[in-house]
Amino acid sequence: MTVMVVRKLAGLPLLWRVLAVVGGLLVALALPWYIYPPVAMDIVAWALFAVALDLLLGFTGLLSFGHAAFWGSAAYTAGTIAIETGLPFPVAVLGGSVVAMVLAVPIALLAVRRTGIYFAMVTLAFAQMVYFVANQWSGVTGGENGLQGIPKELFGLDLSDPFYFYYAGLPIALVGLLIAWRVVHSPFGRVLVAIRENPARSRSLGFPVDRYKVMIFVISAGLSGLAGGLYAISHGFASLQEVYWTTSGKVVIMTVLGGIGTLWGSVIGAAVIVQVEDYVATSGINIGPLEITGPGLITGLIFVGVVLLFRRGVWGTVAHLLRRRRSVPDAEPHLSGTTAPAVEQEPAVAPKS
Amino acid sequence: MSDLLQHAFNGLVNGSFYALLALGLAVIFGMLGVVNFAHGAFFMLGAFGAFILLNEAGVSFWIALLVVPLALGVVGMLLERLLVRRLVALDPLYNFLLTFGLTLIFQDLLRMKYGSQPQPYPQPAGLRGTVDLGLFDFPAYQVFVLVFSVLVSVGAWLLLARTRVGMIIRAATERPELTRAMGIDVGRWISPVFGFGIALAALSGVLAAPMRAVSPLMGADLIILVFAVVVIGGLGSIFGSVAAGFLIGMLQALGNVYVPGLATTSVFILMAVVLLWRPAGLFGREETAV
Repeated sequence: MTVMVVRKLAGLPLLWRVLAVVGGLLVALALPWYIYPPVAMDIVAWALFAVALDLLLGFTGLLSFGHAAFWGSAAYTAGTIAIETGLPFPVAVLGGSVVAMVLAVPIALLAVRRTGIYFAMVTLAFAQMVYFVANQWSGVTGGENGLQGIPKELFGLDLSDPFYFYYAGLPIALVGLLIAWRVVHSPFGRVLVAIRENPARSRSLGFPVDRYKVMIFVISAGLSGLAGGLYAISHGFASLQEVYWTTSGKVVIMTVLGGIGTLWGSVIGAAVIVQVEDYVATSGINIGPLEITGPGLITGLIFVGVVLLFRRGVWGTVAHLLRRRRSVPDAEPHLSGTTAPAVEQEPAVAPKS
Repeated sequence: MSDLLQHAFNGLVNGSFYALLALGLAVIFGMLGVVNFAHGAFFMLGAFGAFILLNEAGVSFWIALLVVPLALGVVGMLLERLLVRRLVALDPLYNFLLTFGLTLIFQDLLRMKYGSQPQPYPQPAGLRGTVDLGLFDFPAYQVFVLVFSVLVSVGAWLLLARTRVGMIIRAATERPELTRAMGIDVGRWISPVFGFGIALAALSGVLAAPMRAVSPLMGADLIILVFAVVVIGGLGSIFGSVAAGFLIGMLQALGNVYVPGLATTSVFILMAVVLLWRPAGLFGREETAV
């Protein structure tokens, strides 16, 4: 069924695209009727975070393993603004996003001096530095206790019910997704793909490769900040977990599971991981005598399984099957522009939250 | 003055852990082009190995120091054969992600069995007191750790510099294609080298057990520091990794004395400086494209 729907989408008629966008929006709007509303909000926030990471990983070929720094610093900033000033929460979220972008500038300028696996290690290390700072700076971040009691203020409306807060927060995430989509489908986005495919040739064509990388890094950090701020407001607290390296890893696996370089695949990846972790945390899974209580083991198994057996991801696999039907050649997805052309496709579907 | 010496000494002891871990990372990276995220997890498994052997079977520290690295080295070889090898031909980031996933699995398995509370491991009987080295009294166990890791580092250096196997590994580490072109079967050394790197991580874990409490998360934050260490030293250089390990141990300890607020972040600041000044690392070569 899904295959058929997507096949028609890939066939490009405008009507189908419009229908897909409308369908995606309907799913997003209906979500809290089917899923526990706070979890629905988590899915939306993580989806935006994963899409932001895919801008770097999928479309520029840079694996950032330190995006928790931006998600987390925005969570703390949004929380602090909301607590201290009582401004409407979208302003707090936006403030968080701005701080994340400011933080991203020096990190990006340093990190783009290395590529490939070194880029991953450098971003991971700088994110760990942000973690240490957050841990020490307990006057602002609350240290081990975190930042608690973040209000959900919006012109005096009562948003304490997560069901209503979902509809207040959703537009922010949709704006973020729209920005990501615009970036990918702009001349700027085409240059990014060229850089991923062949940095040397892009440079020789006159594109300032490092400056492009820094710009997309900052954009990606800004969108991650939007997501992180939303997440903190939704939960009413921000903790050290937000800046810890496991958070960076979690968003990477969402993007890989959904399909690297497919943009909307990340949304699916986020939805799957958030729900699996929620299920494990609330119900637990028993495998023989082993009672699995924490999400780490499951996430780890998904990580290993996807990397070994399912590198195209959900969206990438569907796209691959369609392309094979129409006998269009394609190749394994790849990360840093060293091998075959990637599964580069025209994302034609609305955010499917 | 003697205070300063004391701090420098502690820094060297911490540095010896960084050095042993960075050395293992460097040989694995050189041979396979794989950055092993699970290196910290194997450090933790080494400590837990000693802990479990002592509590379940009463096996002493000295036997654990031999047995645990050997056993985990074999585990490492199996890991290379069964999983890592399947991804080597692809982008190295895939193996980074694979070993990241393994880290989460190892950590959670041990957390479910032993909880996240740190567990004490007694210092071995002969090394409980202090040693008077003239200037002041050093804790005996720390002296042992330092001497032992320097010996292991020197031993690894001799192995690499003075034996035929070492010559092949060095050649394959620094110029893999050329080594292959010389008619040397690099492939058959991959598994043993991977196992050797893992064994070094396990060895440092066993060494750490009596000094730091044993806990499932003990390797996680450490490995990220070690990543910074190898970025500073230059991952392609075996000597660079070891030297940077000791250097950063010292830097952290002395930083702790002079600017206490910056103790944890000093490594990352140094990494930023190195990236600006010598992006390939202090002892590294410039990368060829990508």
